[in-house]
Amino acid sequence: MSESLFAKTALDERNQRVQRFYRRLFLTMTLLLILPVFVILTVLLSRGASVLSLSFLFTNPEQGMTAGGVFPALLGTIFLVTAALVFSVPLGIAAAIYLSEYASDNWLTRLINLAIINLAGVPSIVHALFGVGAFVLFFRFGTSILAASLTLAIMTLPVVIVSTRESLQAVPRAFREAGWSLGATRWQTIRHIVLPNAVSGILTGVILEVSRTAGETAPIMFTGAAFFLPFLPQSVYDQTMALSLHLFVISTQVPGVPEGLPYGVALLLIAVVLVMNSVSIAFRMYLRSRKKW
Amino acid sequence: MRPVSELPELPELKDMDRRDFDWYADKLVQVLVFVGGFSAIVFILGIFFFITREGIGFILHSLDIVEFFTSPNWRPTSEQNQTYGALALIAGTASVTGMAMAVAIPFSLGAAIYIGEFAGPKTREALKVLVELLAAIPSVVWGFIGLTLMNSLIIRLFDVPIGLNILNAGLILGLMAAPIMTTIAEDALKAVPDHYREAAEAMGATRWQVTRKVVVPAAKNGLVAAVLLGVGRGFGETMAVLMATGHAINLPTSIFDSVRAITATIAAELGETAVGSEHYGALFTLGIFLFTVTFAINLTADVIVRGWKR
Repeated sequence: MSESLFAKTALDERNQRVQRFYRRLFLTMTLLLILPVFVILTVLLSRGASVLSLSFLFTNPEQGMTAGGVFPALLGTIFLVTAALVFSVPLGIAAAIYLSEYASDNWLTRLINLAIINLAGVPSIVHALFGVGAFVLFFRFGTSILAASLTLAIMTLPVVIVSTRESLQAVPRAFREAGWSLGATRWQTIRHIVLPNAVSGILTGVILEVSRTAGETAPIMFTGAAFFLPFLPQSVYDQTMALSLHLFVISTQVPGVPEGLPYGVALLLIAVVLVMNSVSIAFRMYLRSRKKW
Repeated sequence: MRPVSELPELPELKDMDRRDFDWYADKLVQVLVFVGGFSAIVFILGIFFFITREGIGFILHSLDIVEFFTSPNWRPTSEQNQTYGALALIAGTASVTGMAMAVAIPFSLGAAIYIGEFAGPKTREALKVLVELLAAIPSVVWGFIGLTLMNSLIIRLFDVPIGLNILNAGLILGLMAAPIMTTIAEDALKAVPDHYREAAEAMGATRWQVTRKVVVPAAKNGLVAAVLLGVGRGFGETMAVLMATGHAINLPTSIFDSVRAITATIAAELGETAVGSEHYGALFTLGIFLFTVTFAINLTADVIVRGWKR
């Protein structure tokens, strides 16, 4: 009696077959989606690894960018990213503190959130047009590191805001209430209780922003990055080369580039970005594993 | 009742003032962080203001709105007769985005369902990390892949003379949009409360039945938003599309045709125009068009997820 009660009916059998089928289908789709990362990395490694060397990193491009290294572009990317961080990190953290700690649930907060979503969703080339119209022309910065990094900063601001807000909100409310009940002001509570508990999460977001900023091309094309410069920038009002634009230029605009060279630049760029991302991910996992609450 | 003169002396008003340095610091910080939050609104309005400022001259004086939307002739540098028809560019962007979505929608939703509903905790973490790394690859590197690897692959597989076409850019763009769509879709699935699943499983439903009949319907709005944000992303992508479409003005008839996208046109031509010229204004007008469309897409996605209120 009990055996027949719990025995699989034909319907059960069929349901489980269907279930197994979809499980396999979706697993295959997921793997197919992820597979390109490995294909791309393998191709770039096999064709570009021979180009990479210390002298490639630290010498100037030669013979109309068909030979030599990428030193000015690498340095330019570092300048642009650093300058963009100087603008966007304080602003982004302030915005996140406002949204997480002060903002009440009203139409203004909704508008701010909508603006952040749109800031992240506006096409990068529109950010470039904005950079040209606002920083290059209106504020008279010219095509310069300053204009390019401001454009990058505004474009990547949502990354900082969203990740910082998330790590602030991960701090339990009871922590704040303990502070308030001791008579601490809101800012004292944030400064001494909330921020110390969220700082590593914020750092993770900043690393992520670095990787985003380093890879961007369109926003800097007309605001401050140059195809080729024979000298290094002397001030924030100079133009600079950049690694991402350099890859675009040598793979589409310059004739006679040896086959391996663009692969080397692409490999370098993707290495910078993926290393940054992996550090950020590893950091996040480490934090999650030692979380005390 | 005692006379007033016998009442204990009231403290001076200034002694009751408890506003010390920390009180003022708190107020100051409150203002500062509000400025930070408000800056997001300022920047969005600033973007709209400054691209309109550069494009308004062209819109008022030279733009033929009918020609803009119906003529495929984008000839801004013609000697005698410049025409600014954006139809071919819009068709280029639409066809590439459509191709990308044909790839990305099934794959990203499938991946989101596997990661969210089927995978065990370890597998889930690993897959999420890989999806995140996929999202991190810069668009110029994707463009380079389209230009080299995908190009020769398409030429060899389909025996066509040029591999830079809708198929190429669509596949590249699909792979670029898929990780973001997967992440958002997975968040939407995760937002469905677990007791929905438990109730269905208690009725004897298999995982797939739970997913199909309970979780996906409950997460429907979030899934639609994920698709919309993917469309917006495809619409606005610049470098990969510039490098992988072939950049030829064309009303496409097959997926092996080269096309040219709106974003790519701006990126390719802005450097060659004089500030304030008609051509320059026309490119900013394209930018205003892009801004408006992506803004509408993002707004729609937000309304779908959260409703009009809240």
